[in-house]
Amino acid sequence: MNAWSAVGLVAGREVRTRLRSKAFIITTVATLVLLVGFALVMKLAGGGSDSTVGLTGGSTSLSAPLKATAESIGQTIETREIHDEPAGRRQVDEGTLDALLVGDGSNVVVVVKKDIDEKLRATLNVLAGQLALNQQIVDLGGDPAQVADAVADAKAEVRPLEPPFDYNGQQLVLGMIAGVLIYMSLLVNGQSVAQGVVEEKSSRVVELLLATIQPWQLMAGKVLGIGLVGLIQMLVIGGVGVVAGLGLGVLTISVGSAVGTVVWLVVWFLLGFFAYSLVFAALGALVSRQEDVGGVITPPLMFVILGYVLGISILPGDPGNKLVETLSLVPLFAPTLMPMRLAMGGVPVWQAALSVTLVVALIPALVWLSGRVYRNAVMRSGGKVRLRDALKM
Amino acid sequence: MLYPLSYEGLREHHTGWVRAGLRVLHWGRNRVRVPNLDDRMGWTEGGPVGDGRLEIDRISKSFGDVVALRELAFDVRAGELFGFVGSNGAGKTTAMRIALGVLAADSGEVRWDGVPVTLETRRRIGYMPEERGLYPKMRVGEQLVYLARLHGLTPAAAQRAVVEWTERLGVAGRVGDEVQKLSLGNQQRVQLAAALVHDPGILVLDEPFSGLDPVAVDVMSGVLRDKAKAGVPVVFSSHQLDLVERLCDRVGIVRSGQMVACDTVDALRSTGAMELVVEAPSAPPGWADNLSGVAVKEHVGSRTILALGDGADDQVVLRAALATGAVTEFSRRRPSLTELFRNVVAADGVAA
Repeated sequence: MNAWSAVGLVAGREVRTRLRSKAFIITTVATLVLLVGFALVMKLAGGGSDSTVGLTGGSTSLSAPLKATAESIGQTIETREIHDEPAGRRQVDEGTLDALLVGDGSNVVVVVKKDIDEKLRATLNVLAGQLALNQQIVDLGGDPAQVADAVADAKAEVRPLEPPFDYNGQQLVLGMIAGVLIYMSLLVNGQSVAQGVVEEKSSRVVELLLATIQPWQLMAGKVLGIGLVGLIQMLVIGGVGVVAGLGLGVLTISVGSAVGTVVWLVVWFLLGFFAYSLVFAALGALVSRQEDVGGVITPPLMFVILGYVLGISILPGDPGNKLVETLSLVPLFAPTLMPMRLAMGGVPVWQAALSVTLVVALIPALVWLSGRVYRNAVMRSGGKVRLRDALKM
Repeated sequence: MLYPLSYEGLREHHTGWVRAGLRVLHWGRNRVRVPNLDDRMGWTEGGPVGDGRLEIDRISKSFGDVVALRELAFDVRAGELFGFVGSNGAGKTTAMRIALGVLAADSGEVRWDGVPVTLETRRRIGYMPEERGLYPKMRVGEQLVYLARLHGLTPAAAQRAVVEWTERLGVAGRVGDEVQKLSLGNQQRVQLAAALVHDPGILVLDEPFSGLDPVAVDVMSGVLRDKAKAGVPVVFSSHQLDLVERLCDRVGIVRSGQMVACDTVDALRSTGAMELVVEAPSAPPGWADNLSGVAVKEHVGSRTILALGDGADDQVVLRAALATGAVTEFSRRRPSLTELFRNVVAADGVAA
């Protein structure tokens, strides 16, 4: 039996045990349901109109200008023709209409139940101004349509010294989802590694295992096995998420960039997982009871949490934030921050490459260091082994 | 491969071991023979390899300031049941862990078949750690297959071995259950199965009998005997000395990390003073107090146990007993292993 087939056996056991565990199945299904549910909600919310306005009498002629005005300020208004005013008022009272336009169409008179939606008020104000202006143009002998055309084309021409990246709203959302997924995955799978190490220690099975295989094989098998499970989970969630988004029409970005987001997510999950889980495995080996796991893995876990919190609180409002940009190159924070930035877009190629290179370069050092701590600590049961003692031997 | 013998070869070979020379050591009030290290070393170096012996050669181990083992040496021959006894903390578990390579010795060497034990050899050892260890949430069958495969068995062979051993050890009905759902006794049987599923060429068992019911003790004893019969060196530690006495070909008594006695049970017992058991229903207490050369060790009811000194005449004792009335039992016996063991511990107390 060669060295790697032992690693394969250990990894195989981890994969089988975890794929069958209720916790794994429940979290995966719950995440999928949340993700698809989110896509559905976005679709329903995006499809409806912002408000419904009834038009009655002479004001029915305002239907087209009202819609056009609303559109120019980013609102969608549905109009409905009402034949008699009392019926319209009743509908306003019942709430089926947000507002009812009355009058002869030369000015804007609106009936609402109690108060008016601010955005609708703004739209109607602009419409009223337009009507007044048109009246003035007609009085002066001009053609309102012609004036409208001329005005429509006029806008300020912006000439940026440094062209900014045009962040797409959908990609910002994708970035946040990527951030949440990678954070959850690192947290859950990373802790699984530490708990798995302690399980073997506390149940003493480690002595039986190490009589047959070497410590590095046990540690490598565990990390690879749990990593594989995390990878499968990430691919399933990412794949279903993107397919649902594209299929429901919620995601209108290109298939290429959607797939790119998932690929980056997987790459960063693997890098982050290996870097962190090696540390978690070594630290887990220091203690002998499950209750003590939390204590030893909290310090490295704080970096995962800090990166996530910074990213999720700063990036949606300020995707080009300098602090986040700098931190996303640091190996400790890169696994949480870089995938968010990459999903949001606008990351220079050199930054993406540098952050990957740094983490990849760090992993062999972590393998050596963690292997040492693990080997020295894993057979010492009883109390907590001090990190310094484990490194010394 | 460094090992001249395959496991199959070993089975036929086990009868060919050579008796090591013995020398007499004095400790406490008793004289006990231990293997003559120098002779054995000479024999090993010059003699044939491939005798399938497991040799623990002068291993020492300290944990910080605490010396756990001090040049501990013994050997277990192929086909032999070796009992490893000693009080708590004497170093038995440490020695076994070193033999398994789970712990590294500070000095000394563990050899099998004349060759230092490597990772490859360790895969051939069946081990039962003192602190029982199995994955609590893994099913019995899967767990045993996994352990067998870690020892190099193919999936099919592992499956077969698991069926065979779970049946033999009476846990075949529980293969689909999680280990934690089994009673402690059954967990112990599974633990033994874990040590046996890969058809080991060496068996090292730390306290295999602790916590077993009498039926399970018989099953365990039978398995160990069969394994030894198949040419496997079997070493186990135990505090159940009557069991060790009954089962083992040879016994090693360890004290403070050193081997203080190591021989066959009979040879060890012959070093103790001869005892007389006298059953005289009408004898008054103190009837034997004035007899020369004997000392009363115990007087319970009508039964008196006397230690017979060198040169003392047991017929004098018999006459004295008959003088009190009827004698229903009169016999000579050697002290049990338990008494020898107590003497060792007592000697420890004197030395310390």
